[in-house]
Amino acid sequence: MTIKSVTSLLAHADDNMVLAQRLGELISNAPELEIDIALGNTALDHLGVARALYTHAGNTEGKGRSEDELAMFRTEREYTNLLLVEQPNGDFAHTMVRQLFFDAYQMELWRDLSTFSDTTLAGIAARALKEATYHMRFSSGWVTRLGDGTEESHRRAQDGVNALWQYTSEMFEGEAEHYHPAWSTTIESALIEAGLDPVADPYQRTGGRSGFHTEYLGFLLAEMQWVQRSYPGLKW
Amino acid sequence: MSYDVPVAPGEKAEIEETTELSGESWPMWEVFVRARRGISHVHIGSLHAADAETALENARDVYTRRGEGVSVWVVRSSEVHAFEPEAAADYVEANEKVYRLATAYEIPEEVGQM
Amino acid sequence: MIGDMIVAQQMPEPMLESVPTWFVVLGRRPVVAGTGWSHRVDVRSGGNDGFRANERSFAYYGVMSSEERFQTIIDAEDKIEPPDWMPEAYRKTLIRQIAQHAHSEVIGMQPESNWITRAPTLHRTAILIAKVQDEAGHGLYLYAAAETLGVRRDEMQELLHRGKHKYSSIFNYPTLSWADMGTIGWLVDGAAITNQVMLTRGSYGPYARAMVRICKEESFHQRQGYELLIRLCQGSSEQKAMAQDSVNRWWWPALMMFGPHDSDSTHTEQSMKWKIKRVSNDDLRQQFVDMTVPQADYLGLKIPDPDLRWNEERGHYDFGEIDWEEFWRVVKGNGPMNRERVAHKVKAWDDGAWVREAAMAYAKKQAHSAA
Repeated sequence: MTIKSVTSLLAHADDNMVLAQRLGELISNAPELEIDIALGNTALDHLGVARALYTHAGNTEGKGRSEDELAMFRTEREYTNLLLVEQPNGDFAHTMVRQLFFDAYQMELWRDLSTFSDTTLAGIAARALKEATYHMRFSSGWVTRLGDGTEESHRRAQDGVNALWQYTSEMFEGEAEHYHPAWSTTIESALIEAGLDPVADPYQRTGGRSGFHTEYLGFLLAEMQWVQRSYPGLKW
Repeated sequence: MSYDVPVAPGEKAEIEETTELSGESWPMWEVFVRARRGISHVHIGSLHAADAETALENARDVYTRRGEGVSVWVVRSSEVHAFEPEAAADYVEANEKVYRLATAYEIPEEVGQM
Repeated sequence: MIGDMIVAQQMPEPMLESVPTWFVVLGRRPVVAGTGWSHRVDVRSGGNDGFRANERSFAYYGVMSSEERFQTIIDAEDKIEPPDWMPEAYRKTLIRQIAQHAHSEVIGMQPESNWITRAPTLHRTAILIAKVQDEAGHGLYLYAAAETLGVRRDEMQELLHRGKHKYSSIFNYPTLSWADMGTIGWLVDGAAITNQVMLTRGSYGPYARAMVRICKEESFHQRQGYELLIRLCQGSSEQKAMAQDSVNRWWWPALMMFGPHDSDSTHTEQSMKWKIKRVSNDDLRQQFVDMTVPQADYLGLKIPDPDLRWNEERGHYDFGEIDWEEFWRVVKGNGPMNRERVAHKVKAWDDGAWVREAAMAYAKKQAHSAA
């Protein structure tokens, strides 16, 4: 396959779009100004990747759909992002654990796609890999700090791991299966470093890739798409 | 003026400067950025962080958002040493030794550029 | 002026020895205050051997007190730097101004972050995130500048949270439509720039440097706002109505940003002398109106002021009187959003306490195990 299917490009775009949206909610709510700025950068990186992928998907599809049409005029059932990224921010520990799980996955994904024969996608992936490396340093650093910080931060970090673990195996469905071993190794050592326990409960929830979401996504999209859908067909 | 808050009639102009704090604060760090290869790191500002690692990450986010640099140093502000202002006299001597300056010597015009 | 006085007299030798806490100031040429005179050599009594040996190169000299030296530096358009002696009132005025400026940037994140998740296009989302992020950065630069005056950032934050410190009233108005993102950039950032360009020439080094950095970033803010409004004004009638409604709501609060009339401004004169403030409130406001009216004309938007008209004689626009009752009401804490803005900030701060503590605890453990 020389070109990723439009479906697959959209799935990756949606992942980044939805996570950017979640991180965007946090700006002005961070524990310190420095963290507001850092989260803003991460949000902008994911947003940038989403835009590039939507544009590429639109071009590949050939129906003339722009990034905004793809982001703003697809419904909850048409969005195929991972359930992990649509989960609410929770506390800072939740946000960082979600980020760590996703960053470790994206590291594998972008590393793989950066050598893909579709050069547009490979280019997007190569750039995204650099950004993911930085995100990963930030999220794993913070998970360690929280896990090994105070009693309270440890408890909150463990709660985050426990709550979000059920959304992790979804990342490795289908062709993404071969990313799983490397991801597991990374996460295992990150948790050890942080002094956090792995999750014993084998329950896993999936469905995002087929548009079967948690109830959180609908609200996120309602907010995001509201202006465009209230005044369709205008330029902003 | 725009971000200055006027003093309402009956209010004190002076604002409070200190208060009791509930928690311990993150220490301050000085940030030095090398704008491009070939030039030195230059002091660009400060920030707060709990440790060197986060200080570096924060410095990147805070001070190089617009491609201002290719390399960043952070130094804990408490590790920067300087003379007390009273010691400013130390600079006088240097300033007075005009014989250190190239301009203190007259070279005849016919010798040309030197 | 001090400059003239000190160079005019040859300093008597005994004086040099008898005034150990005075500064000796040397200059290479006669001083006209504020021009070309160099104060760069300071001797604290003693040290006159070297001085005598170089009498030839320092033809002019004199003595001055810390206070005179301070004002001389300012008059010479040079900067006061953190270790320098400064009058306590100067320090206090600066802390007040810089802290409030920092608080304004930080509280100013809220009305705009209110629209991040609702921006109509991905491009606009990116711009808005970058802008709000800049404001966090501006707050951070400014807090750092204030910290050089011996006050800690978390102290200032704490005082803001307790309502002891204020911030610009403009941020106590709500953002009710997407057009507000344009209007804030155009009018609010525009008004801020009018003021901030002046602040880059202020006398306190760390503040002036922070302002240079901020001004560079601020012009992006204003331009993106104006461009956003151009898009709306060239769009549908609904979009244009949205833009007009927004300008109707923000025009007067933007004019209020320049503060009370000069005649009612309490500490303008001293601040001007210290070059903390360099242009008066009314002059800045006039400058802003003159600059903005043609920009509104280009957009085809009406400024909500029946008294606004060009005055040929003055070469400026005349404009109506601000509702000073509203002005003081908001300053005193009773504007539309005062309570919400502070509550939002306090919640973020309190919710983050355990994160800040965890980071410190971890850093200490690491330092301990490294030692």
